Amino acid sequence: MKIKASPSRIAFLIFNYCFLTLLGLAFIVPVWHVVMASFSDAAKLTSHTGIVWWPLGDMNLGGYRIVLSSPSIGTGYANTAFYVIVGTTISMVLTIMGAYALSRKTMKYRNVFMLFISFTMLFNGGMIPTYMVVKNVVHMYDTRWAVIVPTAISVFNLIILRTGFQQVPESLIESAKLDGAHEWTIMFRIIVPLSKATIAVIILYYAVGLWNSWFPAMIYLKGRDKYPLQLILREILLLNDTGVMTTSADAVKNVQLERNLVKYCTIIVSTVPIMCFYPFIQKYFTKGVMIGAVKG
Amino acid sequence: MKSFLLDIKKNPGIYLILLPVLIWFIIFAYLPMFGLVMAFENYTPKGGFFGSQFVGFKHFADFFGSVYFGRLIRNTLLISLLNLLFNFPATIILALLLNEVKNKVFKKTLQTVSYLPYFISLVIVCGLIATFTASDGPITELIVGLGGKRQNYLGQPEYFRTIYILSDMWQGLGFGSIIYLAALSGIDQELYEAASLDGAGHIQQLIHVTLPGISTTIITLLILRMGTLFAVGYEKIILLYSTNTYETADVISSYVYRKGLQEFNYSYSSAVGLFNSVINTTLLVASNKLSKKFTETSLF
Repeated sequence: MKIKASPSRIAFLIFNYCFLTLLGLAFIVPVWHVVMASFSDAAKLTSHTGIVWWPLGDMNLGGYRIVLSSPSIGTGYANTAFYVIVGTTISMVLTIMGAYALSRKTMKYRNVFMLFISFTMLFNGGMIPTYMVVKNVVHMYDTRWAVIVPTAISVFNLIILRTGFQQVPESLIESAKLDGAHEWTIMFRIIVPLSKATIAVIILYYAVGLWNSWFPAMIYLKGRDKYPLQLILREILLLNDTGVMTTSADAVKNVQLERNLVKYCTIIVSTVPIMCFYPFIQKYFTKGVMIGAVKG
Repeated sequence: MKSFLLDIKKNPGIYLILLPVLIWFIIFAYLPMFGLVMAFENYTPKGGFFGSQFVGFKHFADFFGSVYFGRLIRNTLLISLLNLLFNFPATIILALLLNEVKNKVFKKTLQTVSYLPYFISLVIVCGLIATFTASDGPITELIVGLGGKRQNYLGQPEYFRTIYILSDMWQGLGFGSIIYLAALSGIDQELYEAASLDGAGHIQQLIHVTLPGISTTIITLLILRMGTLFAVGYEKIILLYSTNTYETADVISSYVYRKGLQEFNYSYSSAVGLFNSVINTTLLVASNKLSKKFTETSLF
């Protein structure tokens, strides 16, 4: 059965497509501008006003040459790689362990521990006491651990994972136990492989979180050699400190001239990894929204 | 206690797996909670949490009596409420509009494009904001073209909230609509057919089928959002604000950071932080109760 569209319906549809197209442009134009500006000529970019629709002057890679040869960006990248890889591993191991233990119904006091953990979602010590614990109790100040360990477990992720684990039939665990399997074996050989989809989502949550993280690094790290990429980006993009790009005074002068170009190139260089994984990340994050909605 | 020991004896493997997790929670979640005693002391790193001089509610009294108190409450609430007012309905409207699109390619492209900003890191988004609203930035250019003044807009206190909320919208609109799109796709298509057989037009279908179909999602998210009214995150604020804009930009959490970690008033700022935490917890518990009552969904 097909009803002919009324004039008002047609008017709405036209409006809808136009509006959504404009909206889509609003999302994409800023990104387009950054990409095009990054390939522009430094002097022309400085004198240009408004959106850059096409590379200004001869398409050139001068900005990229500065950014890619900058020692800060290199160390930042290396440090972030360390934080993402080591941090995600630690987070996943701890979260899987917690989720697994709390999903086992044979443990009588499971709910007491669940409460103990959930309570921290409701109330926490806050920024300053946490800072004091990290600095004066576990002495992680100015170590790489300070970026990774204090935020290692997200209660939200733990609960999502626990819900996933609980869906594995109890009989599977029973029969593994009869075969003499230890808890550790059951966890990593049976439960984890059966919850791959949820685990993939949570790995991504942690990894993207660590990739984006800058605040713990800012408050806990003194040595610039440990700075993650995002903290270097903050200096370049927000504190206007393009001097971090180079060491010699001559070059500093030059970099001042090319400040905007350097900014745009830096943005591109530091977003490329995320964009490479974008289809993958998008898929799992979308999935994650639904998992979180089912049991948040 | 005896049955607890028995439980451990019965499940030694499970408890062994749980132990490192519990230790982590004790150190990084519960120790800071006990550390909040520093809000009632003149904390010195040497004295530690339990050896510093006790001063009672002095820091709270100082905060409530200070000129910052009113300003911080106002800024925090305004940013939060304006964000809710504009961005909450915006995600629903986007989902409804996308739902009317029957062309699959167009819909998919628009979704992909609208999720994109969500995956750009906050530091970069804030860098973009600063660059675009600088006196020679493209957004400023647009405003000048429309007859506005040429200035660094991010540095003007009267524009801070607008910039904050619009950029939140840019970054979160597409991703926020996913949950509504999912709810929309869950509506039984037969309901629409039945409605149109009864002579309901598109507007009537929207009112009688579509909106009731996603009302649970809307109410749940709205109530839960109420629980975070006083919890404006400090990260974006700290990245964007400057001494010029403190007047409108400074919220409770960014003030805690500045007083505590930049000016080293440890005890005073933990008192302010505790004040904020107590409000947050109360609101969260209350909103969760409401949610449980009205929609049978809750966070915990």
